This record gives sequence, C-alpha cells and structure tokens, in this order.
Amino acid sequence: MRSSAAQTSRSASLFAALGDETRLRLVVRLSGGGALSIASLTEGLPVTRQGITKHLQVMEHAGLVRNHRRGRESLWQLDQRRLTDARKYLDLISKQWDDALARLKRFVEE
Amino acid sequence: MSTDRIEKKILLHAPKARVWRALADSAEFGTWFGMKFNAPFAPGAVMHGVIVPTSVNPEVAAAQKKYEGTPFDITIEQMEPERLFSFRWHPGAVDPNVDYTREPTTLVVFSLEDTADGILLTVTETGFDRIPLERRVKAFTANEQGWTMVVTLIRDYLAHA
Repeated sequence: MRSSAAQTSRSASLFAALGDETRLRLVVRLSGGGALSIASLTEGLPVTRQGITKHLQVMEHAGLVRNHRRGRESLWQLDQRRLTDARKYLDLISKQWDDALARLKRFVEE
Repeated sequence: MSTDRIEKKILLHAPKARVWRALADSAEFGTWFGMKFNAPFAPGAVMHGVIVPTSVNPEVAAAQKKYEGTPFDITIEQMEPERLFSFRWHPGAVDPNVDYTREPTTLVVFSLEDTADGILLTVTETGFDRIPLERRVKAFTANEQGWTMVVTLIRDYLAHA
C-alpha cells in the first residue's frame, strides 16, 4: 500500500493525535455525532479541563475535531470524515461470524 | 464492496435435520453461539437471551466470559423448516448501560441448501449502513485489542483517502 508524502505526513499527525488513551476516549465520546462542551467531555475522566482542552487542540491540529462557540461555551465535534471506515467495521463483524460458524460446524459434525 | 451487508458460506457434513435443529432449537443455538434463551424460538417472537460462554470453543468462551449474563434480545422473523431461519438484533449490543431498543437492527438470515458434498449454510447480515457511528466505534473498543484496532482503522482509512 503506497501513499504520497503528503498523505504520510497527514497520517503521521493523526496517528500521533490518537496515540494516547485519553484522546481515544474523547474520540469515542464524540463519535455520537453531537457537539459537546469541555465540561461534558471532562466528566468521568481523570484529567482536568485544561488537560482536556490541550488534548482537543492536538486533535484539532490533526484535523480530527473542530470547535465552534455557543455563547461563552466552546463546543467540540468530531470531523467524522476522518474516522469512519465502514468496511473495517464489517471486517470485524465478519470475523465474528467466521468464528461462530466454525463453532456451529464443530457442534453439528461431532 | 457493500458496507451494508455480510455474507458467509460454510459446508457442513451433517444431516440437514441435525443442522436445522442446531439453528431452530433455542437451546442448541445458544450452545454453539454462546447465549441462553428463555423459551423456544417461534416466528415473530421476541427472545430474551443472556450471554453465556459457549461450550464449543474454550478460547471464545474466555472472550465471552466478561459479557456473561448480559441481556441480549433477538426478534425471530421467519422459520421455514430445514430451509430458512432469520432474526433481527442489535449487532454488538453488549453494553448494559445503553438502551439499544430504539436503534436500527440488522437482519440475520441462515439458509440451507443440499449439495453433493454436504449442507451448504449461507448466513447474511444486512442493515449495517443504518447502525450509528458510535456503535461502530464501540464495536472496536469493546474488546482488548479495541484501541489498537481503532487506530489501525484510522490509519488504513487515511492510506486510502
């Protein structure tokens, strides 16, 4: 699989942006598609609001999230185009079916 | 390649009646799949199941262990003896804190066909395009390798972008 230098660099920055568990958790939290405030993004995570803001800025730089203001509040949203690959999801489900059918085969042939 | 549909085929060396029982009998289905149901399958019935580790494969059983007891409902659609069995469910609906009931379902269809070499079983699952992105991401984060897989997914996506 070959990619251009520009793509490689873009991939590298996104890869770096996601090479951290807190940031991955933010991705999952944002993946419902809605825009969330810093307060709701921080909830339940062992990181301060300032810490979360820094993480979001790294992710913004990588083009993974964007933010807009509503009044005094800053709302963050996932740029979903960079995240989804529905085919990969199907690969996972597909693998689960392979395993299930192998169990069925063993079950009926024994 | 479709993003909405999965199709799988497997050749089974067993009598058709045996294969049918493994699909249509809720206890037998549960044994290999890794679920326990409260009643026999019947067309149109909403089956309340719970996840129990399969007794067929110890490795899979170990992976299912942490979901043991998680409720998992399926709605039976059609049952045509020794030919077709179908149901609807919420794929990957193993998070007890999420109410999946209002979300779209996928349709799973098992069909049986005689061939010279045995019974050809075809499974199709369709309707993935309507499953929310959040569920798709969660499918990856639900298991041990989840985070790695999310990253791999993103990396592969970019390589093709």
